[in-house]
Amino acid sequence: MKLLTLNFLTCAIKTCKTNPASFPLHPRNAELEIQEADINLPFLKNILPRLMWEEIRTIARELGLPDLPSTPPTPTDLSISTSSTAPSNPDTSLDTDEPSEAPAGEETPSQTALDLHRLLLETCIQEGILVCGSCGHEYAVKEGVANFLLPGHLV
Amino acid sequence: MPTYLVRLAQAHESFRKVELRALADLYDVGLEFLTYDEDSPYCLVDLPSDSAARSIISRSILAQGVYELWGQGATYDELHKSVKSISASRWSQYEQSSFRFTVEGYRGGKLAAEQRDIIESFSYLDFQGPPRMRNPDVAFRIFEDYDLDVPTPKFLYFGRLVAESGRNEAKKVYDLKKRHYISTTSMDAELTLLTANIAQVTPGKLFYDPFMGTGGFPIACAHFGAVVFGSDIDGRTIRGTGGSARRGQTGKMDVVGNFKQYGLTSSYLGGFVSDLTNTPLRVPVSASSASGGFLDGIVCDPPYGIREGLKVLGSRQALLENERQSHEDQYKIPGYIPPKRPYSFIALLDDILAFAVATLVENGRLSMWMPTANDEDTELVIPSHPCLQLESVCVQAFNKWSRRLLTYRRLKESEIPKGALEIATKEYEKGTRASDLNGFRRKYFQGFKEFNNMRKEFERMKMAPANDGIEKDSTAEGGLGQKSETKH
Ligand SMILES: C[S@@+](CC[C@H](N)C(=O)[O-])C[C@H]1O[C@@H](n2cnc3c(N)ncnc32)[C@H](O)[C@@H]1O
Ligand SMILES: [Zn+2]
Repeated sequence: MKLLTLNFLTCAIKTCKTNPASFPLHPRNAELEIQEADINLPFLKNILPRLMWEEIRTIARELGLPDLPSTPPTPTDLSISTSSTAPSNPDTSLDTDEPSEAPAGEETPSQTALDLHRLLLETCIQEGILVCGSCGHEYAVKEGVANFLLPGHLV
Repeated sequence: MPTYLVRLAQAHESFRKVELRALADLYDVGLEFLTYDEDSPYCLVDLPSDSAARSIISRSILAQGVYELWGQGATYDELHKSVKSISASRWSQYEQSSFRFTVEGYRGGKLAAEQRDIIESFSYLDFQGPPRMRNPDVAFRIFEDYDLDVPTPKFLYFGRLVAESGRNEAKKVYDLKKRHYISTTSMDAELTLLTANIAQVTPGKLFYDPFMGTGGFPIACAHFGAVVFGSDIDGRTIRGTGGSARRGQTGKMDVVGNFKQYGLTSSYLGGFVSDLTNTPLRVPVSASSASGGFLDGIVCDPPYGIREGLKVLGSRQALLENERQSHEDQYKIPGYIPPKRPYSFIALLDDILAFAVATLVENGRLSMWMPTANDEDTELVIPSHPCLQLESVCVQAFNKWSRRLLTYRRLKESEIPKGALEIATKEYEKGTRASDLNGFRRKYFQGFKEFNNMRKEFERMKMAPANDGIEKDSTAEGGLGQKSETKH
């Protein structure tokens, strides 16, 4: 499972969901694996406002991964503004601070985008457990597949 | 707006307009149907431009291609007259282009020699460029529409090719017969791709299937560029040790393997094991955080029968204290199987709707399949929710049963009637059987204007000429408690 999934996952126990401590789930004894993936800038931009930034930082810290900045990047931080002043546009003053409007397909991902991509879409938990911070229940991850089925006494 | 001829596949008829409308809406393109008949593969539409036509049709599953209309008529005389009056101003534009002419007949046709004569009869277009069968600059086609066993066509069209669809290629690539890992409940590839189009998948979006089985829907969504994930209560279907319906398969077969086969692993977040009624996904609860949804779309084929194994976590009867204790003692032992109990399909549908309301972003789509018996006595109930607008209903009819593809749009906060969301969310929180709320919801929904418009639309579609039912689905319908299926 790619780490991004942890941005959406919480405890499966209904009464736990309302307790803020149930999110995020805390990975323990995690075996990580990097699975290379094509960078997907439109997706990163789309998903950025839906990231629970503080919690993702916590997860990264708990997994011993490089620290994330304390404030989330903005969509413009994700691509390099190719500030090429088009010769066909001689009137554009040089000190304009408006981002150049490159067509979406030609945008170059910034280092911030590459870092996010590596963390959320290439880093996978293969083995380990996910622990609820509210009730302490442990969900096992085996061969990259997490099991959220609740035992009889917890349904 | 210029008029275009859409050449449709004569299959899944009740899905065809719905698919084109969904794609037009997705690309914010004005689409107006001028002629449409469930019994014909030809329909005329108004579209703003070639590029608009291309963006919709190139990814359509039920269209084969789109042509700029250069003429139409009941006879060749009429057709030529029409070509001269409609398109004469465009001829010079293609004067020097390499070009191709073809003739196609629907339910009939001409011999090659006759086709050559027909093409010759267009020589007044006076194209100077070289004829070229492969990759010409411009391609034209004459369409002959026949009635069965009648030697002369009843109607003719002439058009310039703007775009072919991805239908044939996608059907070939994703054909279940060639898929690495499938099971008895895997849905036909064409229908999964169609569902993805109707659910408005586009690159950059996030889609989820809570009943993913062998991953058919997530794969179709990834094909159109979405990032996807899914889950299933049956861990074997995801891990793949449950085997495959295809005979003679050995080795590891799993959902990841399917994504690998199609080169789509970059778009697959992974799968997990869970019960929809005890989901581990965040379900933003308070009304104020309702726009805290995170899914752009949900597509699924929920379980409904014995084979699909409709069950949820829990025990048939409340556990005794010693039984609870023994679960607690044993659940960490490998091989422990959590107890499951039967559940009502209607309740599950309502659970899915409530889940969708909690997790979809504003304007996000839920596309879900729902089977029903073709039984005159059973009232057709389309599940509803005050925060979801029913966008379309498509029907695939079989002998004794049919299934419908229901597509909903998550309303924006500003569109939701005051108080409706709070009531609905509270009920979800409490875990009330959503079916208990049906009375309330139905009454609520009836007040919606959209619902009445929808009903009118269905009535109108029902008036369309009845089709003859040869290897076809029925016409669309969807009024509550009303039926109009073709009997086979
Ligand atoms: C009709 S099949 C879907 C098949 C899938 N579309 C495919 O292409 O393979 C329904 C699936 O729902 C699963 N299921 C049954 N009850 C469930 C529940 N309560 N929660 C989640 N999944 C469930 C079944 O294990 C089955 O795989
Ligand atoms: Zn918990």
